Amino acid sequence: MPPVPEVASRAPELHLVFHADPDSVRRSLTQMLGLPPLSGLSAEDRGISELVLAEVLNNVTEHAYGDGGGKVAVSLIEGPAGIRCLVVDEGRAMPGGQLPADRLPGGPDTALQDLPEGGFGWHLIRSLCADLTYGRQDGQNRLGFVLPRQRTLSSRDGGT
Amino acid sequence: MGCIMQLQTQTRPKVISVQVMEDRIDAATAIQFKEKMRDVTRDGPARVVLDLARVQFLDSSGLGAIVAVKKLLGPDRALELASLTPTVEKVFRLTRMDSIFTIHLSLEAAVAHAASA
Repeated sequence: MPPVPEVASRAPELHLVFHADPDSVRRSLTQMLGLPPLSGLSAEDRGISELVLAEVLNNVTEHAYGDGGGKVAVSLIEGPAGIRCLVVDEGRAMPGGQLPADRLPGGPDTALQDLPEGGFGWHLIRSLCADLTYGRQDGQNRLGFVLPRQRTLSSRDGGT
Repeated sequence: MGCIMQLQTQTRPKVISVQVMEDRIDAATAIQFKEKMRDVTRDGPARVVLDLARVQFLDSSGLGAIVAVKKLLGPDRALELASLTPTVEKVFRLTRMDSIFTIHLSLEAAVAHAASA
């Protein structure tokens, strides 16, 4: 038998490739949440991580690929500030080559029939992760971000 | 689509309560949720309480579907929420959608509130 590599000393990482469609995203989220590095987080941080990853992957499904679908690759690596995530797809580029501005739809005076039914995703992502970067390279969208441990984000969460 | 959205309803004199029997309302079930909610609330009391006690996860698609149900019910009926779990509560708070819904700590509180209204 070959010697066992020294994996124990390395930070936990997870790499997953799957088809970008709502059912696969749901299955893959469940899988990711149950494995290191996400499985080691507190319940609250796991909830936040699942939300951010879901919003990012829903965007890939709905906007980068649209109806056709395609492959999406997720890498999660435990780091000092939190879990560094990279999501790569081969769909359409972001409009204008950059991330949408942080704009929360609706407001306190919005009429009932004008209430927003979407457009919340990027606001949730920006509110709950750090070091968000986007780049287009070799026909791929590369979205990077860090899922910080909650105590470092609590001041931005608007919590009371 | 393999995911099924199950709802359980209970009708009282002034309020119909709808419990979501699944642990998530997400992009895979949001449309189904909206359609089933429309069906179960078509007739009945003006006040609808959505009991989210079992829902551990709600994404922006699920949130959009809940807002859509409020709009479907129209100005003469009310959609109120009960028993938000921590991550679900966070989604409502971060999107400020907590300001457009009456949110009750429990289904019992929501029903008592409806009975006294």
